[in-house]
Amino acid sequence: MSGQASRALAFVRRADIWLPKVVVAPSFAASLFFVYGFIAWTVYISFTRSGILPRYEWAGFVQYVRLWNTPRWYVALENLLIFGGLFMVGCLVIGIFLAILLDQRIRAEGALRTIYLYPMALSFIVTGTAWKWILNPTLGLERVMIDLGFTNFQFDWLVNREMAIYTVVIAGVWQSSGYVMALFLAGLRSVDDEIVKAAAMDGAGPFRTYVGIILPMLRPVFLSAIIVLAHLAIKSFDLVIALTAGGPGIATDLPATFMYAYAFQRSELGLAAASAVMMLVTIMAVVVPYLYSELRASRK
Amino acid sequence: MSARQIHGIVRATSPLNTFLRLLLFAILGLFALYYLMPLFVMIATALKPLEEIRTGTLISLPQEPTLEPALRAWDSACVGVRCEGLKPYVWNSMAMVIPAVIISTFLGAINGYALTKWRFRGSDLIFGLMLFGAFIPFQVVLLPMARTLGILGMAGTVPGLVLVHTIYGLAFTTLFFRNFFVGVSDGIVQAAKIDGAGFFGIFFRLMLPMAPPAIVVTVIWQFTQIWNDFLFGVAFTVGDSNPVTVALNNLVASSTGVKEYNVDMAAAIIAAVPTLIVYVFAGKYFIRGLAAGAVKG
Repeated sequence: MSGQASRALAFVRRADIWLPKVVVAPSFAASLFFVYGFIAWTVYISFTRSGILPRYEWAGFVQYVRLWNTPRWYVALENLLIFGGLFMVGCLVIGIFLAILLDQRIRAEGALRTIYLYPMALSFIVTGTAWKWILNPTLGLERVMIDLGFTNFQFDWLVNREMAIYTVVIAGVWQSSGYVMALFLAGLRSVDDEIVKAAAMDGAGPFRTYVGIILPMLRPVFLSAIIVLAHLAIKSFDLVIALTAGGPGIATDLPATFMYAYAFQRSELGLAAASAVMMLVTIMAVVVPYLYSELRASRK
Repeated sequence: MSARQIHGIVRATSPLNTFLRLLLFAILGLFALYYLMPLFVMIATALKPLEEIRTGTLISLPQEPTLEPALRAWDSACVGVRCEGLKPYVWNSMAMVIPAVIISTFLGAINGYALTKWRFRGSDLIFGLMLFGAFIPFQVVLLPMARTLGILGMAGTVPGLVLVHTIYGLAFTTLFFRNFFVGVSDGIVQAAKIDGAGFFGIFFRLMLPMAPPAIVVTVIWQFTQIWNDFLFGVAFTVGDSNPVTVALNNLVASSTGVKEYNVDMAAAIIAAVPTLIVYVFAGKYFIRGLAAGAVKG
């Protein structure tokens, strides 16, 4: 090798020591600024008296005190509990049920899976728009049932203060249950056949084999499904906006719509920031222990 | 799917089992109808003249199918005060999604490569810190982002949205490519280094040609996420620069004049078609992205 070539090679090698860092640096810097910096910024706003315009004098916990004294915040939290709970249970029950049925060597499995999962490709705004029409109090499902002979059938949940939040559950479960199905189907496929065979030899029926033996083996799948669903529920925003716009009145407000309303419609930046911080804390409470255990497991 | 040693638990051997098998198909079929029903209702409604909507029901087939509502939704329905249909907003979404997907995918690829094949002190920590961005509720960055876009002079513009989606997509794209490149043997990279290939040479000539599966999964994930986004669109754009999801919501929510449900449904279909096409033609990769997304939530 000539001296020049080896010097060029040495230069390339030296460049290779810092190039990886230089390449990752812009993304990392963006993440530091736009994720960590912005979180710090929002946290700071939540400790000020910012109204229409941000103000940067420290004001302690005023906004948090105001937030926890705002009745609308409690409406949003109660709705999150109802919606989140039913949404998660509904998706898990339907998703697991369908996964088990599809696990029976069905010929049309591919086509069925495609049908069950396509709502995941849609925007929540599209889903909300479609269900808003289906649940229309006069022209929607109600008309179909009356047409079928149930002349007294009434279905006004969409405009009923007490029931409107359940329409969000209906649309949400429709959209996301296929996803849970896909997660569990993959999980079921990874279960060792020997175990299924052994259970069958011991005389365990199909029900006992699944509920008593296979599902308990799928704990990690349960865990990640629950995390994903909880995450979706806490962030839910578009679906409510499209379906009920938070109404009637504020009957279907969720923390995400609460935050948006206070930030962009009522111009209460401080209070909006405080509610956003509460959302972050809630999600972190769900996700951080999970991530921690995942990382520990992967190091073993 | 792995070939199973034994068949599923319900086997077709006796009359009882034949019955169970039929029941199984009946239930699966009913669920298929349940998932397809809203799509059917959307399409049927979009094809009906308004008169038929008033007299018929959700599930009745259009008697005199018409494309009139679809055409109106495309270029003359009113979104706010502007009566040009969804067309201009579909272009906004295109102008937003294409650059955002390309940039975030490319950066994710090179990050994933650098963080796995050129590990340096702190590279795992950097990845961990970046990954965190995939979990935050975006409400927590809305206010600072609105202010920052204002300072950059990008408030209410499509390029502003491109920036936002690129930045908050990085955590996902880096995750996808890191997971892919972790599985690529280090030996190949070592051999290339001995042959004198450098950082970029290995990336462009060796790694990228191996990476189409990861590229497809990432592009589909980013495309679906960004096309379907509503929160950033509604928070950071106004009127003319709205992406299609925001315009759809405004179109449906507008309460002036006669409610044209057929136009609403046609508009919803227009907003859904791009991601549905991607799903139909690349469903396998879409599901892979979702599975990878399960790790991040």
